[in-house]
Amino acid sequence: MTDTASKDVTELDHVVIRFAGDSGDGMQLTGDRFTSASALFGNDLSTLPDFPAEIRAPAGTLAGVSAFQVNISDHDILTPGDHPSVLVAMNPAALRANLGDVPRGGTLIVNSDTFEDRNLAKAGYSSNPLTDGSLDAFTVYEVPMTSLTVEATKDLGVKPRDAERSKNCFALGVISWMYTRPVEGTIEWIQERFAAKPKVMQSNLAAFRAGYNFGETAELFVSSYEVKPTTFSPGDYVNVSGNTALAWGLIAAAQLARIPMFLGSYPITPASDILHELSKHKNFGVRTLQAEDEIAGISAAIGAAFGGHLGVTTTSGPGVDLKAEAMGLAVSLELPLLVIDIQRGGPSTGLPTKTEQSDLMLAMYGRHGEAPMPIVAAKTPSDCFAVAIEAARIALKYRTPVLLLSDGYLANGSEPWRLPDVADLPDISVPFATETNHVDDDGNGEFWPYLRNPDTLARPWAVPGTPGLEHRIGGLEKQDGTGNVNYEAMNHERMTRLRAAKIAGIAADIPGVEVDDDSGRELVVLGWGSTYGAIGAAIRRIRARGLRASQAHLTHLFPFPADLGEVLRRYSRVLVPEMNLGQLSRLVRAEYLVDAQSLTKVQGAPFKASEIESAMLALLDNATARVGTENVT
Amino acid sequence: MTDVAVPLTSRKDWMSDQEVRWCPGCGDYSILAAVQLLMPDLGVRRENTVFVSGIGCAARFPYYMNTYGLHSIHGRAAAVATGLAAARPDLDVWVISGDGDSLSIGGNHLIHALRRNVNLTILMFNNQIYGLTKGQYSPTSEVGKVTKSTPFGSVDQPFNPVSLALGAEATFVARTHDMDRKHMLEVFKRAHDHKGAAFVEVYQNCNVFNDGAFDTVTSKETRPDNLIPLQHGRPIRFGADGEKGVVADSQGRLRLVAVADTGEDALLVHDEARDDPGLAFALSRLAAGPHEPTPVGVFRAVPRADYGSLVADQLVAAQAARGPGDLAALLRSGASWTVT
Repeated sequence: MTDTASKDVTELDHVVIRFAGDSGDGMQLTGDRFTSASALFGNDLSTLPDFPAEIRAPAGTLAGVSAFQVNISDHDILTPGDHPSVLVAMNPAALRANLGDVPRGGTLIVNSDTFEDRNLAKAGYSSNPLTDGSLDAFTVYEVPMTSLTVEATKDLGVKPRDAERSKNCFALGVISWMYTRPVEGTIEWIQERFAAKPKVMQSNLAAFRAGYNFGETAELFVSSYEVKPTTFSPGDYVNVSGNTALAWGLIAAAQLARIPMFLGSYPITPASDILHELSKHKNFGVRTLQAEDEIAGISAAIGAAFGGHLGVTTTSGPGVDLKAEAMGLAVSLELPLLVIDIQRGGPSTGLPTKTEQSDLMLAMYGRHGEAPMPIVAAKTPSDCFAVAIEAARIALKYRTPVLLLSDGYLANGSEPWRLPDVADLPDISVPFATETNHVDDDGNGEFWPYLRNPDTLARPWAVPGTPGLEHRIGGLEKQDGTGNVNYEAMNHERMTRLRAAKIAGIAADIPGVEVDDDSGRELVVLGWGSTYGAIGAAIRRIRARGLRASQAHLTHLFPFPADLGEVLRRYSRVLVPEMNLGQLSRLVRAEYLVDAQSLTKVQGAPFKASEIESAMLALLDNATARVGTENVT
Repeated sequence: MTDVAVPLTSRKDWMSDQEVRWCPGCGDYSILAAVQLLMPDLGVRRENTVFVSGIGCAARFPYYMNTYGLHSIHGRAAAVATGLAAARPDLDVWVISGDGDSLSIGGNHLIHALRRNVNLTILMFNNQIYGLTKGQYSPTSEVGKVTKSTPFGSVDQPFNPVSLALGAEATFVARTHDMDRKHMLEVFKRAHDHKGAAFVEVYQNCNVFNDGAFDTVTSKETRPDNLIPLQHGRPIRFGADGEKGVVADSQGRLRLVAVADTGEDALLVHDEARDDPGLAFALSRLAAGPHEPTPVGVFRAVPRADYGSLVADQLVAAQAARGPGDLAALLRSGASWTVT
């Protein structure tokens, strides 16, 4: 028996913990808090929240299970981990829904109070897994979290039902002890969060302390663990989610453009948090309109853009469908506009809280007529900041609506982010037109709203309030130059090609494809968006095996970087992992005639590094075999 | 900043160089003329004036005004204008729309612009027909209307646009018609000067697809007996010699009477400024359609803070409380840490 007063501390290089419980159990909050404590402690980390669409699905059922996975590490990591090594299960349903992901030998910490007949039956267990031997391959810690929480809070005058609600803080206490997290930050956080409800605060504090002390004193845990801080490069850091980084990126973009920002948005999962965040920052001159519908959101943003603001609309796939006609209007008006799509599982309402990358073709082609729009995509939660600025840069410089693609995984996932020096951010301001730009037959100056800059093909942006530049624009085809309504055949041909050429020309104004290690020629893995981390982790594994592969990840999806075809053709094999049925792979095959192999997954969850690794191994084996055969012949 | 006096302008200054392309005889011409005539009297600048429209015959209007203009997409003018007016409360924003554009495909945006009280002057040309698509029934067409899409007569109950606007919390609601330039000028000026959303239904004759739809109310011959002029603070009466009037019974129901029978003191006195929209609503229900005595004029005009000002006030308050936005501080506003 271990001496409880001086338990061992075992050092780990990383650990993947998943908190799982009912959607009302506070698992997201618990996970978030553990993440923040780990971030402040100095670990690198990556998170994967996973929750049902229902706010309170029936308690105790598999459908109601909400989970939060976090990977904390003493070195640079790229993903939330393929498999949790520790599962905290607050009830039988949480155990059953998540056990399949825990490798044999993993650790289970269960709230044993909930393993009674009714809950077992709701979860579909015919016998109690804690006693029937089915968990023998795991290290199981049975902790009566509910009753210990009630016991710990009994002197506070809290109703038993309310006391029970603090059991997530008990679990947080246990895990905080187990992974030697500093407790002060969490205590302060509980005090601040529940400042308005002193009883609830007391109850949660008591539960947290009881959980921590339980770990320390109960003769249950053999040792606690330590994941040392990562060696980060010097700088200021925050732990940031994709949606927060995106909102901050938009605020930054407006400042860098030296114009106010206007957001027109309709609530939709998983994009609403951007609306929430931006609504807080009115002192930055940010106007937010919660519109009556998706169409009003983009229409209002177009109106604001006409008025000289950075017009933005945020949504998810179903909202993009609804905004299609207005995006076409913005293409025709040639006004700067940002359309932000936080992708989720589709079609229709689909999987509102789960991630997917299935809107690429929608972004590319989802408008009637020839209506090209530049597309950019973020690859990590913190990258949402930079990509928001890049999207705004393109929109402003080329006077075009731009689609920015993120997804549910980036939106809600978080990672430590080394903050940029604000002074290093680019100036993306563009001047408004202030003078007439043409002379009429009588020698009088006049303003032609579609007289283009010969380099960028962008038209002038003259905003109301500017004397002498009064003009009318609209969705009807207009004459090149004057902007007057015009239906002539050759003018339409010319305008269609001009609009296309303007967007195609952006390829000359974006960086070439970045390939992380260009030395091999066997295999390149081409990705876009949130697959970046999983692809990167898979490539590390491949290299650890002594094999070679390169990673190319696209930020710009339309137009593609000018050298993309050339880069892809350098490799014998091109693998394109996507959380859809092969949209980018089809685009690069069509565009460059390369034999891109598609690896697809549509399970509402990001790729595991192992899944991409397996696909790479299969291709490399084939390549090796083929090379071998060629040598023979 | 000192403002220089608004330069004097004439009607011609407000006319664009574009050829007007409505059908000859269309009621839109007289509405356009009224607006162009009005502009020099409003004391506003061309560069600060924006006309926004959706799709339909009426929606071509901005092309004919020598101001800033945005011809958007079907039904969305009110939403586009909401964004513009909220972003730029310094501008004078007009919305030009029709019954199909505003009440059918764009119904949602109209009611929300009205309830928010966005500072817009909304002129809704009601011709009770789809003109640009060549003659289908509209959401204001009467029951039984035979059109290309209702060969057996429409079975749809129409909207009453004034009732709808009042129900949507509008602070200014009026009706005028294309046969009375003087009245249009008065009502448009009132609508423009109203701070907030001003909704004006303009009876507009479509001489190609729905000719004479409003003749009962607007023609010289039948107008006296069918157009009930609303004048604030005055008893509501009509007829060639003012021999008819409107009274409210003890239940609040309105009915038409001969003044000789009731005496003038019994007549309802119009009060457009009444906070409770009940009276304005009752007036809007007096006629089931423009084929019987119909009130015309300002139904309701009450003050309420406009949306753009409220939005701007919040920005000012936030900046006063927290100072202007500091990006570096924002990025560190969460729990940040420093690695040395």
